Amino acid sequence: MGTASTLENIDAVRAMIKRAKLKDHIFGLVGLVCIMLILLTLLILFVDLVVDGYPKLFSADFYSNFPSRRAAKAGLLSALVGSSLVMLVTFVSAVPMGVGAAIYLEEYAPKNWFTEIIEVNVTNLAAVPSIIYGLLALGLFVYTLDFGNSILTAGLTLGLLILPVVIVATREAIRAIPIAIREAAYAVGATKGQVVGQHVVRYSAGGILTGVIIGMARAIGETAPVITIGALTFIAFLPESPVSSTPPFINFEWLTSGFTVLPIQMFSWLSRPSSSFHVNAAAAGAIIILVTLLMNGIAIKMRYNIRKKIKWQ
Amino acid sequence: MANADLTTKAEARDFNFFYSNGHHALKNINLPLYENKITALIGPSGCGKSTLLRSFNRMHDLYPGNRYEGEIVMHPDNTNILDANVDPIEVRMRISMVFQKPNPFPKSIFENVAYGLRVRGEKNKRLLADKVEEALKGAALWDEVKDRLQDLAFNLSGGQQQRLCIARALATDPEIMLFDEPTSALDPIATANIEELMNDLRGKLTMLVVTHNMQQAARVSDYTAYMYLGDLIEHDKTGDIFIKPKDKRTEDYITGRIS
Repeated sequence: MGTASTLENIDAVRAMIKRAKLKDHIFGLVGLVCIMLILLTLLILFVDLVVDGYPKLFSADFYSNFPSRRAAKAGLLSALVGSSLVMLVTFVSAVPMGVGAAIYLEEYAPKNWFTEIIEVNVTNLAAVPSIIYGLLALGLFVYTLDFGNSILTAGLTLGLLILPVVIVATREAIRAIPIAIREAAYAVGATKGQVVGQHVVRYSAGGILTGVIIGMARAIGETAPVITIGALTFIAFLPESPVSSTPPFINFEWLTSGFTVLPIQMFSWLSRPSSSFHVNAAAAGAIIILVTLLMNGIAIKMRYNIRKKIKWQ
Repeated sequence: MANADLTTKAEARDFNFFYSNGHHALKNINLPLYENKITALIGPSGCGKSTLLRSFNRMHDLYPGNRYEGEIVMHPDNTNILDANVDPIEVRMRISMVFQKPNPFPKSIFENVAYGLRVRGEKNKRLLADKVEEALKGAALWDEVKDRLQDLAFNLSGGQQQRLCIARALATDPEIMLFDEPTSALDPIATANIEELMNDLRGKLTMLVVTHNMQQAARVSDYTAYMYLGDLIEHDKTGDIFIKPKDKRTEDYITGRIS
């Protein structure tokens, strides 16, 4: 081939490009079909839930009533409050532990076989079936520590469950920070603590928050471990309010209260023989999906905002 | 300034370029590339020299919203390579590029050089081996790597990696080769090697080089174009540009009054 080979064989080259591009298009089409199948399945499921639960979904009573033996009167209130409080405990327990563990592993831990084993196992923990966490919590929190079938137990259990997710996401976010940035901080005389606190954690905050929210979105839909630790399915009272207008203003009574959460409430309605409860179950399902989608949406938006603000190079 | 014995291999005609954010990065550029000569683009940072270089193989098409106006015509076939009907892939098969930082693939030395040919559908092992050898020799790397063609390209030094990238660009017999500050990430010895290599390729290949280093432009190029704020200020034989620039701005730049 001489120097003008492409030009001399221009027709052959064009035919070849055309063939290669045809493959591009076919692959693009197959990919589109795949994504549509996934999206359509989810969409159909969601629309089906909304249609089935329609009468309940748009009635205010549904959100302010306790469960009831009569489907028409039964509401979500105790499950909504229960889920919110459990999520609060989950957040407070999982985030500091997860972020702390990740920072330690990335920034402080010496690199040896021991930390290597810890690292591998943290990642593996994310793949442990959630019911195993439920059994662990039943043994540890309910019996050994005697926390009972309480909001505290449930929150800690779900916290344990999402801990690996938080740790992995935090480590990924920390690793994405270029070494040059750390070196720049060290070069002006910063200590390790200052580098971590003033640079590493700040620049990776978006990634960390994303991981936390995705973990929380997973926790809110978890059913198996919460059933294992003995969540109730029929609760006609609310836990003590965490805040009050009289001193001491904050109390922790609610932590020991019995509770139910959204997926369990849905499951309980679903298992009733009377089909009139199925409307309630569908409405609760739609709410769970909405909350999960909303949380994921917030995570995506936050990641987008942070990426826009911090750019490496 | 154009001599009778010069053939124009490609030329930009009233070429304007707009980035997707609306920035008018290149303004009415008219620049010939003479066949088998080295043309250098110099100018301060942000003057548009890399933008111009990357227009020659339609790299800007990779990012949506960028817009070309005017023409870049390739000879002898008079193809306007910016034409919407001209496939950028076809353009890139005729015009190859070497980047600022060496960017070998995480593959073997052999596969790095053979990649362009594989993309062109070449499967003949004998021919691939011959072409890889020829390209590595052309890039003055053959003697250093001939015994370890299956090694990972990352095991090479920075200068060797850049010569590998030149070999990858050479292997497909391009008509024009673009160099985007090819030595700015290299040490002086590796830089000298690359410059020597470009000198060896002179007369065989049309080359366009963006450089920040004026000595480099003076050492390797036959023609030099000075750009400033998106305008092409002056284009002439390298000797003339450096010894008797016509434009005050060019003179200021090469004497170090604008950096």
